[in-house]
Amino acid sequence: MKMKLSLSQKAGLLSLGLFAVILLVWQLATLPEARVVAADVDPEYAALMGGGAASSASSFPTPAAMAQTLWDKLSDPFYDNGPNDKGIGIQLAYSLARVLGGFFLAAVVAIPLGFAIGNSRVFYQAINPYVQLLKPISPLAWMPLALYTIKDASASAIFVIFICSLWPMLINTAHGVANVRRDWLDVSRTLEVNPLRKAFRVILPAAAPTILTGMRISMGIAWLVIVAAEMLVGGTGIGYFVWNEWNNLSLTNVLFAILMIGVVGMALDSVFGLLGKRVAYQE
Amino acid sequence: MTTPVTHPFLQVEDLARIYPSPTGGDAVAVFDHVNFRIHKGEFICVTGHSGCGKSTILNILAGLDTASAGNVFMDGREVSGPSLDRGVIFQSHALMPWLSVLENVAFAVKSRWPSWSKQKIRDHAMRYIELVGLKGAEHKKPSQLSGGMKQRVGIARAFSIEPKMLLMDEPFGALDALTRGVIQDELLKICAETQQTVFMITHDVDEAILLSDKIMLMSNGPHARIAEIVNNTLPRPRERSAIHKQPHYYPIRNHLVDFLVSRSKQFGALRDAPDAPSSPTVFDPSDLVESEPAVAPVPPVGKPHIHLVNA
Ligand SMILES: Nc1ncnc2c1ncn2[C@@H]1O[C@H](COP(=O)(O)OP(=O)(O)OP(=O)(O)O)[C@@H](O)[C@H]1O
Ligand SMILES: [Mg+2]
Repeated sequence: MKMKLSLSQKAGLLSLGLFAVILLVWQLATLPEARVVAADVDPEYAALMGGGAASSASSFPTPAAMAQTLWDKLSDPFYDNGPNDKGIGIQLAYSLARVLGGFFLAAVVAIPLGFAIGNSRVFYQAINPYVQLLKPISPLAWMPLALYTIKDASASAIFVIFICSLWPMLINTAHGVANVRRDWLDVSRTLEVNPLRKAFRVILPAAAPTILTGMRISMGIAWLVIVAAEMLVGGTGIGYFVWNEWNNLSLTNVLFAILMIGVVGMALDSVFGLLGKRVAYQE
Repeated sequence: MTTPVTHPFLQVEDLARIYPSPTGGDAVAVFDHVNFRIHKGEFICVTGHSGCGKSTILNILAGLDTASAGNVFMDGREVSGPSLDRGVIFQSHALMPWLSVLENVAFAVKSRWPSWSKQKIRDHAMRYIELVGLKGAEHKKPSQLSGGMKQRVGIARAFSIEPKMLLMDEPFGALDALTRGVIQDELLKICAETQQTVFMITHDVDEAILLSDKIMLMSNGPHARIAEIVNNTLPRPRERSAIHKQPHYYPIRNHLVDFLVSRSKQFGALRDAPDAPSSPTVFDPSDLVESEPAVAPVPPVGKPHIHLVNA
């Protein structure tokens, strides 16, 4: 008898299979015998790591240890025992707050500006050189400047998020607005629609899918950048947590943080995916 | 049906549109010395070969494009931009895909009467949606409609603002013959009810004969003109199935086809003459003799002289 499986069932099975393989390889790689091999490290490296490389304290966690950590950390995500010992929920909340703050500020600037650029050739040509020049700059390169002028670590991180979120939203908004179908603009012209109503009822919905794509890209970049930014500024946040746990030589916690960064990033992306679906239209 | 001899509803004087030559040479006039008048309640069809400038003229009438020379007057006032007085039915229907049928029509109604209440706008929009036979589909999005249904929404939207004049650019060009027939019948009915003034571009000779009071024939570009105006003397109400039994049907049809096949090109030789006619000749089948393509002796620059003779 042949079993008929749907596409998603097949994919689901394959995913589970892949997960099992990963667990298996992981388990094999972290077997006690493997550690003996691991202990046989380059002496220079061992010296560099202060002997830590060979000690089992910092060794790579087994899947079981990882599962234990996951359970422990997630069952109490919001505890706060001082600056170096906060629950993962609190750290993520700090990071999210910075990302959302910077992202929101960027949206407030980028969307109206993108509207103006998309609507006017003159404006477009005037602003374009600046955009082209500023866009390729790594957002982290702004950090010293931000720290110097703002003089506040957390606000500097928000500024860096602001800068990196700005460009995709600005460019996509301008592109979406500039490419609104002529027909729709002609319709609103023949109906003598006033400029404000035209902006909100015609151009905005027409450009919304493109604008949302820009927001989604921005959010993705912002979430990438926040980890690095918080490693630099320290104090709180998931980036700081990763760096701190590395200094504590707790690979288990680093791995756990990496997993959480992935989960939150995926959640953020799917929120924008859903929003994108809501404003999408089929021509 | 008599036409008042007083100032016409729409008057087009010496209209021209010049595009710069793509090769950098002399600019070419797509059309020039275009003159015609439309009276209130008339249904005008325009036909001519592709590229002669029909859409350009329509866009100028709509106020979406500007002429290089000449003037358009409607109701005694110069047309200088788009206006709610002129409803446009676009060839590509131009519905907003993020709005439902009702919302598309209501958007136009609200633009026309901003102070109306939501309920009043809705009721008004629904009246026109019913008029085009789309009741029950008002909550669908344009992507869920067939081509013919979309075009009908476009018609409902244009009629709903109760414009003084309706401009249509090949509105049924993309439809299959059957759907086209159904919508033509609907349009005929609505126009009879509302006494709408219509300017419509079509490539379909039979469509022009079924719908129009007058058919304007454009010669080929560059320097295209309105070469002839044909008075469509077929009596109303017209029935698609019986129209070919009318005595004037074949004379009109043959005249149109003949123009499109041969005379539209010959007109080019005439236009370069210094006294080239800037007003078109008029063909009226009730004379049952073709008026010679001679220069109309009456006004030198300007207005075609048209008599409507009841058949
Ligand atoms: N932006 C432009 N630049 C140069 N020439 C143009 C431009 N737009 C239109 N034209 C020319 O103007 C002429 C008239 O165009 P128009 O669209 O009015 O023709 P039409 O009579 O509507 O043709 P069709 O029946 O194919 O729709 C064409 O020959 C075209 O080449
Ligand atoms: Mg055209």
